[in-house]
Amino acid sequence: MKHFLKTASAAAVLLASFSASAADIKPSVVFDMGGKFDKSFNEGVYNGVEKFKKETGIKYREFEVTNEAQREQAIRRMAKRGSDIVLGIGFAQSDAVKKVAGEYPNGQFAIIDGFVIAPNVNAILFKEHEGSFLVGMIAAMKSKTGTVGFVGGMDIPLIRRFGCGYLQGAKHANSSVKVIQNMTGTTPSAWNDPGRGGELTKGQFAQGADVVFAAAGGTGVGVYQAAKDAGKFAIGVDSNQNHLHPGTMLTSMIKRVDVAAYNTFMNAKNGTWKGGITSLGLAEDGVGWALDKHNRSLISADMENKVEAARKDIIAGKIKVHDYMDGNKCNM
Amino acid sequence: MEDAFVFITLTANATVRVATPLILCAMAGLFSERSGIIDISLEGKMLGGAFMAASVSYATDSAWLGLMAAIMFSMVLAMLHGFACITHNGNQVVSGVALNMLMSGLTVVMGIAWFSRGGQTPGVSPDGRFLPINLPFAEALSDVPIIGTFYSGFLSGHNALVYLAFLAVPATWWVVYRTRFGLRLRAVGENPHAVDTAGISVAWLRYRGLLICGGLTGVAGAYLSIAQNASFVREMSAGQGYIALAAMIFGKWRPVPAMLACLMFGLLDAIAIRLQGVVVPGIGEVPVQLIQALPYVLTVVLLAGFIGKSVAPKAIGVPYVKER
Repeated sequence: MKHFLKTASAAAVLLASFSASAADIKPSVVFDMGGKFDKSFNEGVYNGVEKFKKETGIKYREFEVTNEAQREQAIRRMAKRGSDIVLGIGFAQSDAVKKVAGEYPNGQFAIIDGFVIAPNVNAILFKEHEGSFLVGMIAAMKSKTGTVGFVGGMDIPLIRRFGCGYLQGAKHANSSVKVIQNMTGTTPSAWNDPGRGGELTKGQFAQGADVVFAAAGGTGVGVYQAAKDAGKFAIGVDSNQNHLHPGTMLTSMIKRVDVAAYNTFMNAKNGTWKGGITSLGLAEDGVGWALDKHNRSLISADMENKVEAARKDIIAGKIKVHDYMDGNKCNM
Repeated sequence: MEDAFVFITLTANATVRVATPLILCAMAGLFSERSGIIDISLEGKMLGGAFMAASVSYATDSAWLGLMAAIMFSMVLAMLHGFACITHNGNQVVSGVALNMLMSGLTVVMGIAWFSRGGQTPGVSPDGRFLPINLPFAEALSDVPIIGTFYSGFLSGHNALVYLAFLAVPATWWVVYRTRFGLRLRAVGENPHAVDTAGISVAWLRYRGLLICGGLTGVAGAYLSIAQNASFVREMSAGQGYIALAAMIFGKWRPVPAMLACLMFGLLDAIAIRLQGVVVPGIGEVPVQLIQALPYVLTVVLLAGFIGKSVAPKAIGVPYVKER
C-alpha cells in the first residue's frame, strides 16, 4: 500500500510537472456573426489567432456564432471545457462574456470591442476616433468638392465615435469642409443592408460628396460598390479593404484586431495575461490607416506626409481627438 | 428652380430603385394570396434568389444566367411551400416562417461552403450584373428643358430589372383581371368549393399561382444581389419582403394600388435617407430614429383610417379539403 501511494504521488508530481513545463494552454475564440472570413473584423481576429497557432504550434478551439442566442452558449461551452482563455469578439458579446465570466471566476476571458469591467476579463478597446481622424484628413484632402460623407451601420455610440473622429480629422485638414453623416439604421439588420448603404452613398454623392467613409460592416459592401459605380472614392474599415476595388478605395481605417487577438493568446501562454481594460490607439499601433499597392497611386506624397505628421502629433498629445463616448456628444 | 428640379429627379430615382424589389415581391405575393395561399415567405424566397443569382453570376459572368438561376431556385422554394400547404394542407403561416428561417440559414451555410467568405459571395464582375441602360436619344434630349431632363434623368438610366418590375404591374393586372386563368385564380381564393364544383383543380391552380409568385421573388432577389449590389451579403433582404407584403395588403390585393403603396414606401425611404442630419427650421435636427420609423407610423395611420377597409380574399389561409 505504502509503495503504491509512493508511486501514485510520484506519478502525480510527474504529471503536474509535465503539464506545467509544456505550458500548452488551451485557448479558444468565439467569432461573431459575419464569420471568420468576413473580410473585415472577424477575419482580422482569425489572422491573429492563426499567426499564434503557426508560431507556437498550439491549437485553439473556435466557434462561429450564427445567431444571437449562441453567443452565451458558445462562450460558456468554451469555459466549461477548460479553456485557459476565451476570446470573445465584438460589442454584441459583452453581456455574454460578462455573465459567463461571473460564473467562472477562475477562468480568463478577453473581449475585443466590448466594455466589460470584471477582474477576470480583459476588455480590449480601440481608439477608433484616432484612426478615423487620420482617414478624415485623407478624405478632406482628396475631396475636390469640399464635401465628404460618412455612412455608419447601426446607430450606436461606437459608430458615432468613428463619425466624430472622422469629422474632426476632415476639419483639421480643411476647416471649411462639409461632412455629411448618415446612419443605416437602428437595428442589427443595419450591419447587413448593402442596398441601403448604396442608396445612402448615392444620396451623399448627390449632395456633393466625393469621398465616403463607411463604418458599417456588411453594409459597407454597398457603399464601396456605389463609389465604384459612380467613379468616386470610398474608405474601408476594420481590416485593409483597399483590394476590394483598387482605384476607388482611397484607404482603410484599420483596427489591428489581429494584433490584439495575437497578444491576448501570447500573454495567456506566457502567463502575463491581466484582466482590466486595454485601450489601443495610434501610440500602441492599435489603429491606423492602410497604404498598399492598391491605393498607392491615390495618395500623394504631400497627403502622406501630412497624415503622418498628424499621427505623430496625436501620439505626442499635440492634437487632442475628442472621443464621442466621453459624454456622448461630439465636441469640436 | 433648377435645384428643386434636380432634387426631385434624384429623389424620384432613389424612390424607384428602392421600390423595385418591393414591387416585384408585392406582385408575387398577389398571385399567391389571390389564390388563397398566405405567403409570408416572400422574404426567404427573395433571399434565396439573391444568393443564387450572385453565385451563378459569379461563376458564369452572365447576369441573365444568374437571373434564370434565381427564378428557378425561388420557384423550387415556392413549390416547397405549395407542397406543405396545398398537398398536405399544412398551416400556411408556419410553412412560410419555416422557409424564411431555412433560407436565412441555408444561404449562409452554402455561402461558407462554396466561397469561404462568412456567407458572402465574392464580387460579381460587371458582365455578371444588370447595369444601367440608357434609353435611345437620352443623351441628345438631355438639354431639352423639363421633358428632356425628365426623360434622360428619370426614365432613362435604370437597369433592366427596374423596367421589368414596372412592366410586371400591368402584366399582373392583365393576367388577374383579363384572362381565364386570372378569373379562376381569383375564384379559387374566394370560394374554392365553387371552382372545384366546376371541375377545375384547386390544387393545380394554386400551384400555378405559387409558381408565378416564386418566379417574381426570384427576379426581386436577383435585383438585390446583381443589379443594386454586386454580391450577396447575408440577410441582405433586410425585411423588404415583409414590407412588400404590407404594401400588398395596403393596396387591397390589387396590382396598381399595391405598386403605389410600394412607391410610397420607397419615397419615404428616399426622403428619410436625404433628411438624415438635415436641420429642419423650427425643430432642429430630426432624430434618425424618428425618420426611420416614419414609414411604419404612416402605415399605421393610413391603415387606421384613410384607405378604408382592406378585405382579404375570403378563402385565404384555409387549406382546401374536399368534402367526402
